[in-house]
Amino acid sequence: MKVLLSWLKEFIPDLDHDPEEIGKRLSALGLAVESMEVVGNELSGVVVGKVLDLRPHPNAERIQLVDVDLGNGEATQICCGAFNMQVGDIIPVATVGSILPDGMEIAQRKLRGEVSNGMCCSASEIGLGDDSDGIMILSENDPEREWDIGGSVSDTLGLESDVLWDLEVNANRPDAMSVSGVARDLAASLGLPFNFPMDRYEKPQATVEAGIQIDIEDPTLCGRFLACIVKGITVGPSPQWLQNRLIHLGMRPINNVVDISNYVMLELGQPNHTYDLDEIKGSRLGTRRAKAGESILTLDDVERNLCEIDGVIVDGDDTPIGIAGIMGGASSEISESTTEIIIEVAWWDPPSISRSVKNLNLMSEASMRFRRGADYGINMRRSLNRVVQLLSETCEPEISELMQVDGNLPDTSPVRVSKERVNGLLGTSLASEEMMDLLQSIGFECQEVIPEGGDGSPSQNDFQVIVPSWRWDTQTETDLAEEIARTFGYERIETTIPRGPFTGQLSRFQKGRRTIREILIGAGCDETMPMPFLAPGDLQNAGLSSNAISISNPLVQEESLLRTSLMPGQLKIISYNQSHRIKKLKFFEIGHVYLPSEGDQLLPDEREYLSISITGGDATEIVAILDLISSTMAFPNMQLNQQEIGGLHPARSAQVSVAGKNRGVVGEVDPRVLKNYGIDDSVAWLELDLGSILSGSFGKKKYKSVSKYPSSDIDLAFAVPADTSSASIEGCIRKAGGPYLQDIELFDSYKAGGVTEGVRSLAYSLRFQSSEGTLTDNEVSKLRAACISEVEKKTDAKLRE
Amino acid sequence: MFDLENLSNEAEEASNAASTLEDLTQVQTQFLGKKSKLVEAKKALGTLPAEDRANVGKEINEIKGQIEQLISGRKSALQESEWISKFNKERMDLTERLRPIDRGHLHLITQARDELEDVFIGMGYSVAEGPEVETAWYNFEALNIPDWHPARGNFDTIFVDLGEPEEVMLRSHTSPVQIRTMESQEPPIYIVAPGRTFRTDSADATHLPAFNQIEGLVIDKGITMGDLAGTIDSFVHAFFGEEVKSRLRPSYFPFTEPSAEFDISRSDGSWLELGGCGMVHPNVLRNCNIDPEVWQGFAFGFGIDRLVSMRYQLDDIRELVVNDARFLRQF
Repeated sequence: MKVLLSWLKEFIPDLDHDPEEIGKRLSALGLAVESMEVVGNELSGVVVGKVLDLRPHPNAERIQLVDVDLGNGEATQICCGAFNMQVGDIIPVATVGSILPDGMEIAQRKLRGEVSNGMCCSASEIGLGDDSDGIMILSENDPEREWDIGGSVSDTLGLESDVLWDLEVNANRPDAMSVSGVARDLAASLGLPFNFPMDRYEKPQATVEAGIQIDIEDPTLCGRFLACIVKGITVGPSPQWLQNRLIHLGMRPINNVVDISNYVMLELGQPNHTYDLDEIKGSRLGTRRAKAGESILTLDDVERNLCEIDGVIVDGDDTPIGIAGIMGGASSEISESTTEIIIEVAWWDPPSISRSVKNLNLMSEASMRFRRGADYGINMRRSLNRVVQLLSETCEPEISELMQVDGNLPDTSPVRVSKERVNGLLGTSLASEEMMDLLQSIGFECQEVIPEGGDGSPSQNDFQVIVPSWRWDTQTETDLAEEIARTFGYERIETTIPRGPFTGQLSRFQKGRRTIREILIGAGCDETMPMPFLAPGDLQNAGLSSNAISISNPLVQEESLLRTSLMPGQLKIISYNQSHRIKKLKFFEIGHVYLPSEGDQLLPDEREYLSISITGGDATEIVAILDLISSTMAFPNMQLNQQEIGGLHPARSAQVSVAGKNRGVVGEVDPRVLKNYGIDDSVAWLELDLGSILSGSFGKKKYKSVSKYPSSDIDLAFAVPADTSSASIEGCIRKAGGPYLQDIELFDSYKAGGVTEGVRSLAYSLRFQSSEGTLTDNEVSKLRAACISEVEKKTDAKLRE
Repeated sequence: MFDLENLSNEAEEASNAASTLEDLTQVQTQFLGKKSKLVEAKKALGTLPAEDRANVGKEINEIKGQIEQLISGRKSALQESEWISKFNKERMDLTERLRPIDRGHLHLITQARDELEDVFIGMGYSVAEGPEVETAWYNFEALNIPDWHPARGNFDTIFVDLGEPEEVMLRSHTSPVQIRTMESQEPPIYIVAPGRTFRTDSADATHLPAFNQIEGLVIDKGITMGDLAGTIDSFVHAFFGEEVKSRLRPSYFPFTEPSAEFDISRSDGSWLELGGCGMVHPNVLRNCNIDPEVWQGFAFGFGIDRLVSMRYQLDDIRELVVNDARFLRQF
């Protein structure tokens, strides 16, 4: 919402504060100032010009030559990049030597061989609004006017220096969507008197018959409907001062009837509508919900299909002529030939309008106010009178009596407020009187409460409040506590710090996750955090199932699916980095994946995964990191079960299980997948369902006393066929070694001469030790024999002598 | 008598001439070994007259002592010079950094998130988490945002194809975690909830469709707006520094009342908007079966990405999701 200082002053005559101070006050009231600017400064050297001739530029397509009369009757040539003028148009021209509000200095220039003696200006170039789309055609809405060619544009347009604020208005402040509403808050904050100057206006006698029937068919839709017939209208341009204000507030002047309607909405916050009376069939205005299949051509020339969600205004034929609270219909639009109109000021149920806005995907200045809750009180009548008053400045209207029909209006019963509860919520110690003063300053009526069964004296604690009609949002004691806090000033509330009963700490899960991150950093991995969206095809390209949850309203196709694996995102990151010539990459990510749920669960099966990817390495490099994590975190019974896994190298992939449950995969990415992602290096890959692992048991470490007796080391080498795993051999050795086996380490693996095809040699170093005494040579050789026998019995490996 | 006068001079010459420890061992053998003149002289002592023996014996021992000292001194010098020549051979240029140990890097968001969590843990809060895909109940309705509410449109929600249209969505704020916590936990509640949030914002230099927020919630008896202001203030001091001040400004959120934006002071005296906060709306408490007549509380929230972007003066917030290793490894 934009407001002008001069306009605010009409409601607060004593307002003479510094604009900076006013801006601070507005922000402190919750009307955050987004921008503040001084507008309408003296435009010296910008004059009214008349277009005499338009010619193409001989050497440039995007520029035309414009001859303008600047008051001396002669043609002055200007090169201009806009093409929206016609011969005879009146336009603002910045003459040579003038300086525009943005500091631009106008000089005589040559553009591709043609002289330009000045500049034709857009509205924004002369500091009047934001419209920079083409040259401002002063005569556009007023072709009949006698123009002072060569005269100052400032004088002609009545531009005066003013201050313009752009305010952010929250959804709970319907009243602040108007100049008067902002003024009311500001006046209260500054302790200045506030009043509505238009209330002093004396309405002319009704001379026209109020010959229109008004029906509210659905009282839950329309709470109040006011109308008035005005005859003797002459449609023409509105006064320049009014046009200027509209432009400053971001609206485009059209004609007096439309401009005045908009002006009153901006001024008093009351959207209103004008119908061409001649176009209303059956002398009737009805309001009801739309029926399925109904449609209407709206003012913006779009045919809109309606349904029961939408409200409509209908004529005597029950045909929709407007969408309630959102936009009027084209059929009864004001035209140049309109002489008789109906002015409508209605109050629509905010939730109904809000749903309709969403259903039609149609937002308007009117709907923005109605959905927040417009004023249903005296302001409706004030607004209607204000329209008549302003019309009478442009023509000589005759009016009818005001017609009013009511539907269901908001509950206006007083709200009871407890001083103690409000103080208890805010942390203040205000007296009831102070609270009442604060509320009354912004128009809330406060009354004492006489407790039942007392001595008849008013309660010291409770009072009651009648909420004004312009604050539909305010319905409860808490709502009022907010108003008290706002007008008291948030900055004046004394700060305190609550001391809760808890010792703050991370959960076991959260500590575990942090530890794993630290391990990975130590292992040289960089943490990545891609967005969790995938493009169609990403999963298939990674050799994974394409079954994924799709986004209903994706911004782009590349981000239209929710990931079910971290792999596609990681491969994209690797590909990106490699294309920027960063070769050796070690990445990890901890993030959510969203698996389609089975059964009737509504939400996806959302899990927290960990991935690690290493380029240029083989699978063993990443298994080593997995072992490091698993041993540090003491994951119970972490095992690898080598098998083929989608997306991974079929001969270099394994399931990872923890505590007997499948919790992920490890290996190398299938080279065919890498090709799909444009990666020309190997990628070792690990993906774990970290959330499930950390939700289970982990981290249990047991003390075992360190033996003080000497240990004995032996080496064993086996010839191992391809399908026998080192893990299974180790398992056998551990079993046979029992408590005496302190340590086992694979120290060599090779496929070389002397070993049969497909068979590799695995050599282990074993350390035996007893906690009860020194192991004799005999005992050690018995243990050795037991280990060999167990391996040879349970696997196809054979000892290499 | 035994011609020992020059022996110590000879030994000095010989040991000085020895350039290695091996040479010196030979000198030692020559002058102190079993066949050395000194040993032979000692053996021959018995042949001397009794009155001379003591003097000559003393002389022999003195010379022996001198030679031993000579050789041991020479030995130390030779050992020292052998070390020096060994060291010189082993010389290394320590500025040749051939095999750096590559440390990994936590993502900036994680670093900030951990730091924020730790500040609040110090204030007695625990860390709550929740799903990123949510129902309309948790994302909107329980938070006092009914379907018609004008504020719903401001969330620019990303919906997913589950359930009825617009029934399931990527959470547009971390506030659903408030509801889940209040549903599953009896007050008092002191939590922060960091996590990922989503809006249909096209990615540009200052916006991302997926970003991160942290949310705080306190529900206890007698919690006031003064407590909220004080908590924000003490967090701001802990995170940004003692000199940074905070202030609350009236605002509007359907789930809090009174509602406020909170700003932090900048060194140039201006204020920077950081996040939103307010007293938990009684309807929100009721929706979680918490009696608003007994319990009161506050909530606050703000964006982590923006915080990171401010702190490191990132010129493009998309750096946080591109994951260029050259970016990640800077921090």
